[in-house]
Amino acid sequence: MRKYLKPLGFALAAVTLAAPPLAAQELSGTLKKIKDTGSITIGHRDASIPFSYYDDKQQPVGFALDICSQVVDAIKTELKLAKIDVKYALVTSANRIPLMANGTIDLECGSTTNNIERQKQVGFTNSHYVTASRYVTKKASRIAKIDDLKGKTVVSTSGTTNIKQLNDVNNERKLGINVLPANGHAEAFLMVETDRAVAFVMDDILLASLVASSKTPAAYQISSDAFSPPEPYGIMLRRDDTAFKRVVDAATAKVYKSGEIDKIYARWFQNPIPPKGLNLNVAMDPVLKKAFQNPTDSGDPAKY
Amino acid sequence: MSYNWNWGILFQPSPEGQGTYLDMLLLGLAWTVATGICAWIVAFIFGSIVGIARTLPSKTAERLGFAYVEFFRNIPLVVQLFLWYFVLPELVPTAWGSWLKQLQYAPFYTAVIGIGLYMSARVAEQVRAGIGSMARGQRQAALAVGLTLAQSYRYVLLPMAYRIVLPPLTSEFLNTIKNTSVALTIGLLELTSRARAMQEFSFQVFEAFAVATVMYLVLNLVVVVAMRRLERSVAVPGFIAGAR
Repeated sequence: MRKYLKPLGFALAAVTLAAPPLAAQELSGTLKKIKDTGSITIGHRDASIPFSYYDDKQQPVGFALDICSQVVDAIKTELKLAKIDVKYALVTSANRIPLMANGTIDLECGSTTNNIERQKQVGFTNSHYVTASRYVTKKASRIAKIDDLKGKTVVSTSGTTNIKQLNDVNNERKLGINVLPANGHAEAFLMVETDRAVAFVMDDILLASLVASSKTPAAYQISSDAFSPPEPYGIMLRRDDTAFKRVVDAATAKVYKSGEIDKIYARWFQNPIPPKGLNLNVAMDPVLKKAFQNPTDSGDPAKY
Repeated sequence: MSYNWNWGILFQPSPEGQGTYLDMLLLGLAWTVATGICAWIVAFIFGSIVGIARTLPSKTAERLGFAYVEFFRNIPLVVQLFLWYFVLPELVPTAWGSWLKQLQYAPFYTAVIGIGLYMSARVAEQVRAGIGSMARGQRQAALAVGLTLAQSYRYVLLPMAYRIVLPPLTSEFLNTIKNTSVALTIGLLELTSRARAMQEFSFQVFEAFAVATVMYLVLNLVVVVAMRRLERSVAVPGFIAGAR
């Protein structure tokens, strides 16, 4: 397949070269696209609270989108544009890769896990969050540690790294857990709510938002035991677009190091957030604090 | 497109630790086949009973059949699966409910029953149409020569009616297989859900869905060929269903 794409790429390049070169500076990739069109398209999620979701006015908001708006400002300065038109496109976990690859979106601002495997397909800028796989249970079921899950039914969302970690721990420690895959986070949480499963294994921050928005937040507890070392979330961009990545990396590094990130963090994690005025009340993890002081785009958990 | 094609991904070990990505998809295909066949058996049995009921002289049977068909075909399949999976265990006594919830292959059984009953409404319509399409004189002649109502169905009406509706039933069988993909919403690890899992792990979305597409296509072609064979082997020479 790739051998057919290459000639096509050349054909495209030939067409582009034939057009009179207007830009004084040699721009390529996404930067050129932004300069030419005067607009950037940001991919966002619909329910990744508090990273990227719709508020009560159906506007995309969130922690990741606040960071992205700082990135857009930096691109504006870099390209010396008076104004960049920011367009939004809703993406799901299933279509974010094709939409990134075909140029529909330029940045994906959500809660996408950055790992080495995925870096073969897309690029990530400096990580904006660090999370670990934990589990939520009803307090009434008295599950204090991972080993207490022995022989029980445990749910996780299918196709996530979390369900894989659950399987790994299950096999390693021979716990005999009946692992149940759910289609989405809401369905998975519903399984714990209706006692189909005793626990739900997921990124701890997503669990915190599910618990906060449940009918009886006090009935649930999130474990301190973790199934994994901390994993980074990153803002996604096209792979091998070094010029664009350099600008985005510099912009995020500036936000993270300047302390501005503390304000953005407090706004989304320690204050009431739209649409329902929930307060997640999550203090900044030392691991995350370190990742902000020394910004990195590494997909290796050991680097955090 | 700045997409990094990598067909070799199929032969790389999947992070779930049970063979390669291709094995993962093949395992999904196996669940799809198992669910499709079991759901089709449910659909065929219940569809036949309800379809026949709708052609009986009894008004009650006809009305019950009508209610059944309209109930099952007018609620979206995904909603029906949700009702079976999440709501039913809450409605029955607690002990039964928790037994249902602890069942090991709950998503599989739920999918077989849910998809089977949904499709049975469509099968019922086909069977009813098949019986309805036969000349009225056939039923009357059967009764006139002294057959009971049951015998007239068994020896006169149904043998031809099923032959007539065999081609549309093939489509319903194919729909049953394709509808198994909806069961991913209740956690059945069938082919579509495996393709989605593969793209989540590896980000090689086009490879995952291309292979899943080919698998669905081949599976359905096998069904089509097998059903054509069946049609030919049961054809009655001179009758429309077997005319060639």
